[in-house]
Amino acid sequence: MAKAWKERLERWLTEEDSALERRMIAMQTREPDEESDEPDEATVIREAQERTVEQDVAERVHAWKERRGSKLMRRLYCALCVCVCVTMIFLLLFTVSTLPRFGSPNHPINNEVSARYIEKGLQETGAVNIVTGMILDYRAFDTLGESSVLFTAAMVVLFLLRMDEKSDQYSPLARVMREMPHADTYYEPHNDVILQKAAVILVPMVLLLGIYVVLNGHLSPGGGFSGGAIMGAALMLYVTAFGFKSIHRFFRYKTYQTIVLCALLTYAVSKCYSFYTGANGIHSVIPLGTPGAILSSGLILVLNICVGFIVTCTMYAFYAVFRKGEV
Amino acid sequence: MQLVQNFPFACILLTLICAVITSVLKPRAARYLTFFAICAVTAMTACVMVFTLKTGESYVYLMGHFPAPWGNEIRVGVLETVTMMVLCFVILFSFTGGMRVSVRQIEETKYNIFCILVDLTMLSLLALVYTNDLFTAYVFIEINTLAAAGLVIMRQIGRGVVAGVRYMIMNLLGSSLFLIGVVILYTITGHLLMEPIQDSVAVLAQTGKYHVPLTMVLALISVGLAMKSALFPFSSWLPGAYSNATPTASALLSSIVSKGYIVLLVKVYVRVIGYDVVRQLGVFDVLFVFGAAGMVMGSVCAVRAKTTRMMVAYSSVAQIGYIFTALGMGNEVGMVCALWHVLAHAATKSMLFISGAELDVASGDTHLRRDLRGGFWRSPLAATAFTLGSANLVGVPMLSAFVTKVMLSTAAINTGGRHAAITLACLAVSTLLNAWYFLNTTLHLFTPVRDESGARVVQSRVPMRGMTALSLIGFIALNLILGLWCGDILDALFTGLHHFA
Repeated sequence: MAKAWKERLERWLTEEDSALERRMIAMQTREPDEESDEPDEATVIREAQERTVEQDVAERVHAWKERRGSKLMRRLYCALCVCVCVTMIFLLLFTVSTLPRFGSPNHPINNEVSARYIEKGLQETGAVNIVTGMILDYRAFDTLGESSVLFTAAMVVLFLLRMDEKSDQYSPLARVMREMPHADTYYEPHNDVILQKAAVILVPMVLLLGIYVVLNGHLSPGGGFSGGAIMGAALMLYVTAFGFKSIHRFFRYKTYQTIVLCALLTYAVSKCYSFYTGANGIHSVIPLGTPGAILSSGLILVLNICVGFIVTCTMYAFYAVFRKGEV
Repeated sequence: MQLVQNFPFACILLTLICAVITSVLKPRAARYLTFFAICAVTAMTACVMVFTLKTGESYVYLMGHFPAPWGNEIRVGVLETVTMMVLCFVILFSFTGGMRVSVRQIEETKYNIFCILVDLTMLSLLALVYTNDLFTAYVFIEINTLAAAGLVIMRQIGRGVVAGVRYMIMNLLGSSLFLIGVVILYTITGHLLMEPIQDSVAVLAQTGKYHVPLTMVLALISVGLAMKSALFPFSSWLPGAYSNATPTASALLSSIVSKGYIVLLVKVYVRVIGYDVVRQLGVFDVLFVFGAAGMVMGSVCAVRAKTTRMMVAYSSVAQIGYIFTALGMGNEVGMVCALWHVLAHAATKSMLFISGAELDVASGDTHLRRDLRGGFWRSPLAATAFTLGSANLVGVPMLSAFVTKVMLSTAAINTGGRHAAITLACLAVSTLLNAWYFLNTTLHLFTPVRDESGARVVQSRVPMRGMTALSLIGFIALNLILGLWCGDILDALFTGLHHFA
């Protein structure tokens, strides 16, 4: 370990080019390879045509940029943008100044809606934490939508950034990544001892805290979203310290898929039940339990766990695909 | 409560569950499951539509155990079900019609994500059409935006990604304006559910209390949703997004994504704020001016476009202009006209995108207008569908867009004054330009290809998959039904709008 560090330090001191830079220079200065098989005439002509078209476009863009008119337009555009933003800020501030005073007893939001949440929330949802009772029981449909937003975002990001074996046939980004796999991770620390020692202590603690926040979501401040974010942070710390090889022993893309699938399905199916019984006036058989106990408040605990899983996996997946192109 | 009344809720949950399951499926299975979901939703929507038409009443469905204003709920009426019915068919035909091209263009191992995004687009449309709560609307606007951005970048080509980023920026700006509007509205009324807000707003408008915030709310929500549905000055993201996506995605973006926002905007005007207040605050006039400008500017840009997809995309800007001009009339006829054109344009534009893609495939995939020459002989069905769509948007009688133009002119003349003059002038200019560019393309299709000596080159027919052919036939039938039975559908829309307020 010490030897490697010494070498690195020496290289840095002597200002020797890094491997990446050396490779980039090599690529730029390399003579074009002799093609073993002669390209046919049509390809040559097509390539030449493409090249002239590209050059032509580049020249035109350059000329357009340099023209006085376009410079003026750009300045005008910037000035207009600033004007619009300032006007918008002024208008919104003015609107806020005319709104009812926050916290005043005559505020329109102090109506029958919040009164019932506060007075009957505990009795009707079984959750000591009124906020959780509100988002996972009174307005559970909105929260189901919010979880789907996370799912949608994760799917789009995975589509764009996750590299498969065949991805470079379709995506230019994947081609670049294939050619230079360490291009954007070269300067990251590998096997950093301080980080690893800290992670060994921190990761279990942070994970435990996340689990606590999720499981106590109906009793104290917290819940699926905040607990999930904490657990996601623990996974990120782990992968930063020990690398993808270590985390792949227990968390792969398949694990991610399975967890999100099960969590969202449980969420959707349990909400199916409660919406159906609610709308048809059927009594729900799920007991609310004793308020204050960990096993209470009906479906809220289950939903919190589901949301916790979804948020954990999505946060980690975002981090992983942005860093490496795979989960 | 009857079983059929549960169907809207079942549609929403079924689409979500299918989307989640699709995330672990192989491409082929993903395709089948999505197809099943769309068919099931279409069938259920048909049942609910028959039910609401029979009873002529709307009903409220609790999403949970708590009634309004404490819990969430959805509202189902004639207007919602009729709108949803037409849009369901559009989704179905767009998905099946564009399948061949999309399978080729999308990375194989990620094809299931494309299916998920189609599911989620449908989910958000269902929720936007049925919702009775402004915050629920916002949540599903988010899903709609993200899914649509995914659909734009599906081909992973440079232009598509740039268009996707631009789409994201403009649409997120629109969403945030809408959200700020909802927050201010909540602060001055204390409610998120539509009916209680309407009562509070009526009181506020009478007493003149909170006049500035109310004006701001209306401005923010209108501008936010106009931005998202690509009303003229905010339409710069549209051509790139529509023309660089796969055909199914273009069809869905033009006919489903932007239309959900317009239905929501009508809901906000009619059910949340109320005509009178909106008119008093002068929002209708602003929409009218921008709509009329969009009608002309969209057509001008479409004339200048070189590829068919770009032309069809720019023509959407003009059509959105028609819808907002109709909204800007600020009366019942205007609203119904706008809703009618939402349906007419959704059915036609998706058909144009799907048939245009088939014609491109049959003509060497250059997307250039001049290469479509002789297209009719290579792909007769696609050429017929394209011609019908063009004829519709130009305003040939017996077709749906003609009804819009007649209604719009009638409404404008009844309103009188400047409205009448501006509308008629813009309609005339826009129709002429429409005729120019659509006729130009259609004539190319029916012009035989000749070689240098002037002899006609025999065109061999390019085979079309059965599913695509069926979808195109479905599209043609849908457009003809909309045109020929417009009276009944308009009656249903009028009835729905009466229940709405």
